[in-house]
Amino acid sequence: MNIAVCLKQVPGTTKVEIDPQTNTLVRQGIENIVNPFDTYALEEGVRLRERYGGKVTAISMGPPQAEAILRDALATGADEAVLLSDAAFAGADTWATAYTLSRAVDKLGPCDIVICGRQTIDGDTGQVGPELAEILGFTFVSYVSQVEEIDGEHMRLKRLMGERYEILEALLPAVITVVKEINTPRLPSLRGMAKAKSATIPVWGAEELEVDGNKIGLTGSATRVIKVFFPQRTQRAEILEGELPGQVDYLIDRLREANLI
Amino acid sequence: MEYFLSEQQREIKSLARRIAEERILPVRAELDENEEFPWAITKDMADSDMFRVFIPEEYEGLGGGSLELCLVMEELSRVCSGVALGYAATALGSYSLVEYGTEEQKKKYLPLIASGEKLTAFALTESTAGSDATNIKTTAVPEDGNYIINGTKQFITNGGDAELYTVVALTHPEKGIRGASTFLVEKDTPGFSFGKKEKKMGVRASSTRELVFRNCSVPRENMIGREGMGFPIVMRLLDRSRPGVGAQSVGIAQGALEAAVDYARERVQFEHPIIALQAVQQMLADMAIGVEAARLLVYGVARTIDSGAKSYTEESAMAKVFASDMAMRVTTDAVQVMGGAGYMRDYPVEKMMRDAKITQIYEGSNQTLRTAIAFELRKRKGRRE
Repeated sequence: MNIAVCLKQVPGTTKVEIDPQTNTLVRQGIENIVNPFDTYALEEGVRLRERYGGKVTAISMGPPQAEAILRDALATGADEAVLLSDAAFAGADTWATAYTLSRAVDKLGPCDIVICGRQTIDGDTGQVGPELAEILGFTFVSYVSQVEEIDGEHMRLKRLMGERYEILEALLPAVITVVKEINTPRLPSLRGMAKAKSATIPVWGAEELEVDGNKIGLTGSATRVIKVFFPQRTQRAEILEGELPGQVDYLIDRLREANLI
Repeated sequence: MEYFLSEQQREIKSLARRIAEERILPVRAELDENEEFPWAITKDMADSDMFRVFIPEEYEGLGGGSLELCLVMEELSRVCSGVALGYAATALGSYSLVEYGTEEQKKKYLPLIASGEKLTAFALTESTAGSDATNIKTTAVPEDGNYIINGTKQFITNGGDAELYTVVALTHPEKGIRGASTFLVEKDTPGFSFGKKEKKMGVRASSTRELVFRNCSVPRENMIGREGMGFPIVMRLLDRSRPGVGAQSVGIAQGALEAAVDYARERVQFEHPIIALQAVQQMLADMAIGVEAARLLVYGVARTIDSGAKSYTEESAMAKVFASDMAMRVTTDAVQVMGGAGYMRDYPVEKMMRDAKITQIYEGSNQTLRTAIAFELRKRKGRRE
């Protein structure tokens, strides 16, 4: 079974600055980490390989320093890794990112499952996974909390939907996004770290991926971030006073007004 | 402080710290309270290759020496020395094979230890043989190419949870301790059973049980080293493992020092954090000096062993005695700095104080080891090159 796992390097802090020109995150000069949700995706990929055999390839699109998270992925169980890096990819929105990733999945050869985290902690859109499935023409299932079984053509999945679980069967190949309930990511191993240190991680740019130049980076982005700002926190607490029965009547009226009861 | 660690040694240390902080810390108090064997953590440690550290590369290990083992012990013990003890006992139980095993024995067992599939234990102590290890009574009588073991081993770390046991028994009781030999006994061997799990003061995440042998037949090929060499073998193995107890002590003390400093910076009395009080400052400084001095002695002795030194009885005894006495003092002072809070189980230092006590007792009591140091001193007239 060929498994691809998508990983993204994100700022390891919430104190990020926004580039006023492009309205994208300024990524220079801050400590970067692997998007925490993606660590569950990698772990699930490694577990599926342990159960069904095959190969796990970690893919990341980002600047050259994103190679660090791919080395960590190799130390934590990925068999191979590839970095998608090119100045032309810069400023990509989710659709341009998904398009670029889809080219890499195609180039890797036959793929059974692509696993992504449910969302990143910087962009927070949760769109790359579904868009990637759309472009690849794969089945898509989001918020997967358990891969119950894979029997060649199908996989049986459990997914977390708000307050309920759904069990569903999906046709392969598929893209799934996973939630953190799915597993506990392992720590790296000493042997894996040694392997990761000496591994060669290929870097694929626009040329290697044979992408359509109009579909990548800022040019290929259908969306533009107009403004990024911190939301105003409006906490409106009302402290009730007076006799208890009066408070209860008032509270019920207010809840009715708000259509809450 | 520059400890001159290699890149690989720093990696081992930092991964051991991650295991300790991410996997052990959240369950430390619970393991201590319930006296639970930490199987889930053992699995995590195995997956991270921690059991490969002390196994030679030819047998699927990483070929680390005494220093690498000490680094792991220190980091695990900084968070929980009970968990660290189960790991150390496996290292001690495997040293007999690493040092004296035949090629067949090494090939058969060491890869299983390296992968963490099988834990090991080391069984010397008996009810009549503590500090006087020569007074063991367990026998292993030759019979039809096998040895029939009878007797009871006491206070055995990992007893019942380990799969492989290094057992010392008298093959020729008439020769006394010169008639002792060392055997590898597998857990499911008929005639081999376990006594009750001991309830301990500290290191409660480790298991301690009696091993009971009743006509337990062990094949000849399970003898480790030559017949009659049992006692010199175990003495040598203990010399080698004692820096590990030193590292365990350093780790416990480091954890206690950190907790005490954190508390002293936060705790306000007389309108200032108590770390502003000279009385507290003097205590914390002495604690820090002790930890650092013990760490350097332990690393120094571990490096001496790894350099291929022939004899290091005295040095390894010094590392163990100095570090364990330091750990007892530092953990006691950590409780004192933290006052009533330090005495409560909501804070970690009372556990560290309970845990520290055993380091002065096992692998040779500090009194016994001082006698050994004095014996060497007499021989070398106190001179150093």
